[in-house]
Amino acid sequence: MKRIPLVKMVHINKAFPGVKANQDINFRVYPGEIHALLGENGAGKSTLMSILAGLYQPDSGFIEVKDKAVRFHSPRSALSQGIGMVYQHFRLIPNFTVAENIVLGAPDAAFLLHKQDIEQEISALSDQFGLEVDPAAIVGQLSLGEQQRVEIIKMLYRGCEVLIMDEPTTVLTPREVKELFKIMRRMSDQGKAIILITHKLHEVMEIADYVTVLRRGKVVGEDRIENLNEKTLTNMMVAHEIEYSQVDRAKPSGKLVLKLQDVQVPGDQDYMAVRNVNLALHAGEIVAIAGVAGNGQKELVETIAGLRFPSRGTISLDGEEIQTLPVKERLRRGICMIPEDRIGMGLVPNLSVMDNAILRNYNHETMNSGFLLNYKKISTYTWKLVQDYNIYLSSIHHPVNYLSGGNLQKLLLAREIDQNPRVLIASYPVRGLDVMAAESVYQILLQEREKGTAILLVLEDLDDIFRIADRVAIMYEGQIEEVLEVNQTDIDEIGALMLGADKIGVRYVETQAN
Amino acid sequence: MGSSAVIALLAAAIVAGTSILYAALGELITERSGILNLGVEGMMLVGAVLGFIFTSNTGNHWYGLLAAMVGGALMALIHAFISITLRGNQVVSGLALTMFGTGISGFLGKSYQGMPIVDPFRPVVIPFLGDIPVLGPIFFRHDVLVYISLLLAFVLWYILFRTHWGLSIRAVGENPAAADAVGINVSRVRYLCTILGGILAGLGGAYISLAYAPSWQENMTAGRGWIAVALVIFALWNPLRGILGSYLFGGIEALTFRLQTAGISISSFFLAMLPYLLTILVLVLVTIRLRQEAGAPAALGVAYDREER
Repeated sequence: MKRIPLVKMVHINKAFPGVKANQDINFRVYPGEIHALLGENGAGKSTLMSILAGLYQPDSGFIEVKDKAVRFHSPRSALSQGIGMVYQHFRLIPNFTVAENIVLGAPDAAFLLHKQDIEQEISALSDQFGLEVDPAAIVGQLSLGEQQRVEIIKMLYRGCEVLIMDEPTTVLTPREVKELFKIMRRMSDQGKAIILITHKLHEVMEIADYVTVLRRGKVVGEDRIENLNEKTLTNMMVAHEIEYSQVDRAKPSGKLVLKLQDVQVPGDQDYMAVRNVNLALHAGEIVAIAGVAGNGQKELVETIAGLRFPSRGTISLDGEEIQTLPVKERLRRGICMIPEDRIGMGLVPNLSVMDNAILRNYNHETMNSGFLLNYKKISTYTWKLVQDYNIYLSSIHHPVNYLSGGNLQKLLLAREIDQNPRVLIASYPVRGLDVMAAESVYQILLQEREKGTAILLVLEDLDDIFRIADRVAIMYEGQIEEVLEVNQTDIDEIGALMLGADKIGVRYVETQAN
Repeated sequence: MGSSAVIALLAAAIVAGTSILYAALGELITERSGILNLGVEGMMLVGAVLGFIFTSNTGNHWYGLLAAMVGGALMALIHAFISITLRGNQVVSGLALTMFGTGISGFLGKSYQGMPIVDPFRPVVIPFLGDIPVLGPIFFRHDVLVYISLLLAFVLWYILFRTHWGLSIRAVGENPAAADAVGINVSRVRYLCTILGGILAGLGGAYISLAYAPSWQENMTAGRGWIAVALVIFALWNPLRGILGSYLFGGIEALTFRLQTAGISISSFFLAMLPYLLTILVLVLVTIRLRQEAGAPAALGVAYDREER
C-alpha cells in the first residue's frame, strides 16, 4: 500500500526584505513520523513552518493535505486542516487559566464557558498523551515546561494531526527535555505527525525518524535517520567542517585589573541579590560565572557596569574605587558590557545598523562635524566594523532587527570592542546562536583575551565553560563560594556547586527555585 | 440634610452618571480588545447633537437615539480603520476625532441652540419596585435609559467573563498573536468592539441632550468623555466597577449643583470644576491601591501585524 503523506509542501518560495528565506522547497510528512527539520539559524526553518501553519503566505508554491490542494489564509485555516504549531515563544495569555487558554477560539465551542466540562476534556487528553497539567492553574505562574504542555494540549484539543514544534527544547531543563521526548513518541505512536524544528544534532539523533536539512533557504539533504550520523548532518548544515576554538590556558594571565571586595547589591524586591562577593579579574584571562539563572548573575554584572549600585563593598579598577561612578565614566575608563538582552538593551531594534554602530561614540570627534553628525565618516566607520567582524548584511541602512541573532551579537561585540575595553563583560554571549555564529563569537572573545583584556562571561552551558574559560566562579543565591581553575575541576563538581551543594559533595543544601 | 434630601441626591447621582456609564462601558469593551479610543468626547457630542436634531424633526426620541448610535458607530469606524487596518497611531486618531466631533456638532447644532426638545425621555416609575421606601425613589423612578444602562453593564460583564466571545475579546486585548494562532480573527474582534464602543459613546451623548438636560448646547458633554476614559482605568476594565465610578461622578455633580442652588458663597465656576477634580482624584487614589490586582490589557494601543518579525 502506498503511504499518503499527511502534508506535502511543493516548490515553496518566500522572501523578506533583504533575504530569500525559502527557495523552491519541497517537504513532506507522513502519519506517525517524527520529522526533524534541521538547519542553522536563518536557514529558513521557521519561515517554512510558519507558512505551513498559515501564519505567512508563500510567494509561490502550494500545499497539499492528504493529497488535496489547500490554501491557508490564516492559522485558522491551517488548524481546520489539522495543522498546529507550538511556537518557540509561546502564544499563551499569561493571566488566563490553562483551561481558558486551551478553549480559546476553539471552533465548535458552546457560547457559554462550561468550566467543568472543559476541565474534564483536558484531563482526558492529558491522560491519553501523558501531558500532566492543572487546568485551573494560571498560565503565567507555570514553569516554561508546563506552559509548553499547555500549548501541546491546545493543539490536540483542536484535533491536530500534524504538530509543528519550533525549537521546543531551548527553554527546557534536561529533565523536561526527556519528558517532552516521551510525550512526542507517544503522540507519534498514536498516528500524529510531529515536525521538530531544531539546530541541535543530538536531539535529532535521539528522537527523529526522518530528517530534512535546510541551508540558506534551500533543502540540502533528507533521509531516514538510520542512514545518517552527526558528522554527515553537520556537513550538510554548514557545508564545511567546524574546528572548535579552545582557550590556551598555558599562557599566564597578567596583572590584576578589576577587583570586587565584599560587594552587596539589593535586588528588585526585598532581598539581597548579590551577597558578599569577592572576585578578582586579571588582564588576559576569561572568568566565567556559572550558575542557575536568577542567582544574582544579572545584578552582579549590572553593578560592575554601573547600572546598579552596591549597598556595601568596593569595586576597583586598576586600584581605583569606581563603585560610585556613573556608567559613562566607567565606560571612559574601559568597562564595556554586552547585555543578556541584545536587542532590547544592547541595540535599538528600529534604528539602522549605522545608528546602532555609533551609539557608543556618536559624540566623538571622529563621528561628527561640529554639532552635526557626519554620515560619511559614520558610514565608513560602520563598514569597517562590518568587514572586520564578518557581519553579514545587505545594507547598513536597514534596521538592525532584520539581522540574525549571530550578526546582531557580532555587531554588538564589534561596537564594544572597538572602544578598546580594559574589562569586557558579556552575559550569555552565545544564547540562541547556532554553531557557526557561536564559534565566531568565541573567536572574537579569545582574540580579545590575547590582547590582554580582562573578560567576565556569564555562561549557562557547562561545555562552553570548559572550552573558553580560564577560571570559573560558581554563583549560588547571590554568593560566590568558589572560584576554580577550569583545568582542575570537572562538570560534575561545577554542576553540584551550582545547585548549592557543598564542595566535598556530601552535604547538599536544599535547592531553591527562586 | 434631611433623609429625603439624601434620597433625592442619590437619585440625581444616578441620572447624572448615566451618560458617563454608557460612554465608559463602550470604552471599556473597546480597550478590552486592545484599542484605545480617545475620541469618546467627540463621539458623545456627535451623539448628543444628532439625537437632538432627529428627535426635534421626527418628534420621536427613539429616532433620535438611533441617529446618535449610528453617528457614534460611523466615527468609531473611522477610528477602527485607522488603528486596525492602517495600524496608525491610536492616540492621534482618537484626539483628531474628538476635535472633529466638537467642531461638527457645533456646526450641525447651530440653529438648534437653546431650542426646547419635543419629546424628551421621561422618568417611568416601575410598579411595586418604585414604591419601596428609600430604594424605590433612588433606583426605580428613572427614565428607561437608566435601566438599560444598568442592565447593559451586567450583560457586558457576563459576556466578558462567562462566554467564549468574552474570552476571545480579552485574549485579543492581551496577546493578539496568541489569539491569532488559535484562529481568532483579531481584526474582526477589534472592529466590532471599537464600533460597539462608538455606539455606546453616541448613546451616552444622546442621553445628555434627550434626558439629562433636554436641550442642545454647544460642547454640552463638557468633558464627560474624558471622565469616561479615566473611569475605565478606575474600573480596572470591569463593567460592574464602571457603574460605581459613573455614579460617583454623578453624585459629586449632583452635590455641587445643590450647593450652588443653596446659595453657598463659593464661586460657581469653582463648584462646577469640583466633580472633575474630585473624580480624577478618587480615580487616581483608588487606582494606585488596586494597581497590583489587574493591569491594563497588555496589548492596549498596540497594532497587530501578523508578519512582523
